[in-house]
Amino acid sequence: MRFGFALLAAVVLPALSLAQVAVRGETVYTMAGAPIPNGVVLIRDGKIERVGPASQVAIPANYRTLSAKVVTPGLVDAHTVVGLSGYLNIPQDQDQVERSAPMQPELRAIDGYNAQEPLIEWVRGFGVTTMHTGHGPGILMSGQTMVVKTTGKTVDDAVIKPLAMVAMTLGNGARESGGKSPGTRSKAAAMLRGELIKAQEYNRKVEKAEKGKESARDLHLEILGRVVKGEVPLLVTVNRSSDILTAIRIGKEFNVRMVLDGAAEAYEVLDQIKASGYPVIVHPTMERSYGDEENLSFETASKLKAAGIPFALQSGFEGYVPKTRVILFEAALAAANGLSREDALRSITIDAAKIIGEDQRVGSLEAGKDGDIAMYDGDPFEYTSHCTGVVVNGQVASEAKR
Amino acid sequence: MRRIAVLSLCACASLWAQSRSIAFTGARVIPIAGPEIPSGVVVVQNGRILAVGPVGSTPIPNDAQKVDTTGKVIMPGLVDSHSHIGGPEGGDSSAPLQPEARVLDSVNVRAASIRKAQAGGITTSNVMSGSGHLLSGQTLYLKLRDGNTIDDLLIHNDDGSIAGGIKMANGTNSRRATGPFPGTRAKSAALARELFIKAIEYRDKIKQAGSDASKMPARDLRLEALLDVLDGKRTVQFHSHRQDDLMTALRLAKEFNFKIVLHHATDGWMVADEIAKAGAPCSVIVIDSPGGKIETKDLKFETAMVLDKAGVLVGFHTDDPITDSRLFIRSAAIAVRAGMPREKALQAMTINNAKILSLDKHVGSLEPGKDADLVVFSGDPLSVYTHVLETWVEGKKVFDRSKPEDRLYAVGGRGASHDDGEFNWEEEEGN
Repeated sequence: MRFGFALLAAVVLPALSLAQVAVRGETVYTMAGAPIPNGVVLIRDGKIERVGPASQVAIPANYRTLSAKVVTPGLVDAHTVVGLSGYLNIPQDQDQVERSAPMQPELRAIDGYNAQEPLIEWVRGFGVTTMHTGHGPGILMSGQTMVVKTTGKTVDDAVIKPLAMVAMTLGNGARESGGKSPGTRSKAAAMLRGELIKAQEYNRKVEKAEKGKESARDLHLEILGRVVKGEVPLLVTVNRSSDILTAIRIGKEFNVRMVLDGAAEAYEVLDQIKASGYPVIVHPTMERSYGDEENLSFETASKLKAAGIPFALQSGFEGYVPKTRVILFEAALAAANGLSREDALRSITIDAAKIIGEDQRVGSLEAGKDGDIAMYDGDPFEYTSHCTGVVVNGQVASEAKR
Repeated sequence: MRRIAVLSLCACASLWAQSRSIAFTGARVIPIAGPEIPSGVVVVQNGRILAVGPVGSTPIPNDAQKVDTTGKVIMPGLVDSHSHIGGPEGGDSSAPLQPEARVLDSVNVRAASIRKAQAGGITTSNVMSGSGHLLSGQTLYLKLRDGNTIDDLLIHNDDGSIAGGIKMANGTNSRRATGPFPGTRAKSAALARELFIKAIEYRDKIKQAGSDASKMPARDLRLEALLDVLDGKRTVQFHSHRQDDLMTALRLAKEFNFKIVLHHATDGWMVADEIAKAGAPCSVIVIDSPGGKIETKDLKFETAMVLDKAGVLVGFHTDDPITDSRLFIRSAAIAVRAGMPREKALQAMTINNAKILSLDKHVGSLEPGKDADLVVFSGDPLSVYTHVLETWVEGKKVFDRSKPEDRLYAVGGRGASHDDGEFNWEEEEGN
């Protein structure tokens, strides 16, 4: 199917799909070395061909040239629900959490992604070209996440990694009511541990099964089996410092890969987080301070940086307005609260790409990587600057001033 | 205990402040009432502004306490025309129109949200009940003084009454599937009209009774609250998003001749000329993305700019906790990003909101005689890197970023959101 579309595009729309693009910037932030004054990025067949100062990189005559004051890699949103949690916020467009059972890791993000959701175009207009999106917080284990580009008519066009992580929540957010479990933090931890033990047993059974005598496939244990094998990380939304320690405790017990998400009170358990080796996708800087997040701080990102803990920023999940946050604005506020501008930009480009495992492909401007670029008419973080253009996979996706 | 100590300290400081003037010198002053002064002086005394002008040509009393604000920027205290700080409540779920419910009877002055608003440079705030009712109650215009009880924060009108408006709403927040609440837009309008007609009859009965106590109708708290609305003394602060709902709100205002301010006005960009023609001000919210509910799907950053261009008086609001009071100035900055002239955007944070609350004689600009409410910024107010350093209300410092206990509210951390309760959007929606 994908091959078919690509072939069709190549035959019918050669001018569009094969257009070569050059982007000039008064300052080019490559995120792979020092910023380049008066720099040029050449993109050929969707991939970055060359990056360097204009004095050294000549723009071939058949390349379309775009110019901007500031050029950065396309922004990478390390965690969002855009595409699954629709902007109308009506039951019919909310596909980020299924409430029929507390743990459903078998739910795939690709089966819930609406590539034509208006919020995708909205965030792309501010420079976002890659999103780690999928099932959201709000239930013990909601389902899978994936990585997409912010273009494409269908999920098949957009997706670059159909399975990224398994999303879960610890703390108040996982609490069910009306006699439904988990009703307490201890019960949530026990349920999670019980399920991971089942997955270990499932793996053993599969390994031992003789040919022709395999047991029936179990979608639920199949994915959890991959989690306990360390193939698929758990993305754990967890904010209270005590809950962060619970997440780490269980992660170590089962020797799984884990990403701590939200982490509002991370500043109280920095040593333990650092020792765990788990990276953090910290809550949006402007997140509301209620519930488990009541003690959040504008300065958490800068404290994680100072502690040497790998982290990224995110747009997160919103149940009301704004239906999505914009990582450009969230990083800007972190830059105003103790994080250097460069580190703030890293948290929504290369550092985000590393945490979602896509840094070989996106997050910096280097030859061989995807042709994903954001352009700005000033300091990208200033409220009064604008994003003036976005390139995704070498295609100009937006030239509107936003 | 700590709070009491602070208060008694303030009481001493106030006696002292009354006897001695304070001169802020060297800052770039944005008086709103006139052009920016690159190196200015603001002198305050007895809680009022004494003088504003350039360094050198502005007289400073000899005994004035001098505050060097060189390199900083001073603006009038920000005015928020729509907020929910202090956990205000209005009507309950028993009826869709409850004009008798007063925000006055519900605000917790110890809530962290009030401290955070001070940390955002907000000195005057219209604290409102929610939009889950067609009419949820009487709003309260507050001065964000350091107070021990709600009485310490009140503003009194010339006739001694407590300043505030009436909160109304239309569209989807105020409709519910059950109980006495409306299920459609037409029913919403009909219920509001019925109440206003009753209020007019009540007013006429009182008028006819004149000084004859025997003919006076029995007191009716619901209708009594609308008397000030009918004679234009109390403004209706009207929540409305969709273009047709905005027009419905204006239709009601015209029929019953009440003063109206349209709040949120998400689709205002579609009907800007009509709003301008009706002479209704708009209190606009700046939200980072469209949607979150159907009636805000067409949200644009350009709304304030378009309304202003059409000649509408535009203010901004936080709708705290919908947006963060500490980042209120961001509303103006994002509007400038979308094309609103800088000067207009700063007016929308200050004097325009003062007009929206009918408090422009006292607040909203730095002019001699007005309240000494001001914000000291670390740099240009529209830059993301700028912080509010100090907030002053009536000549008293209520926020100082250099103090750890104040800084906690400015940046967050453990304890920074005590007493704020839960954010419940379903309640806001009236579900």
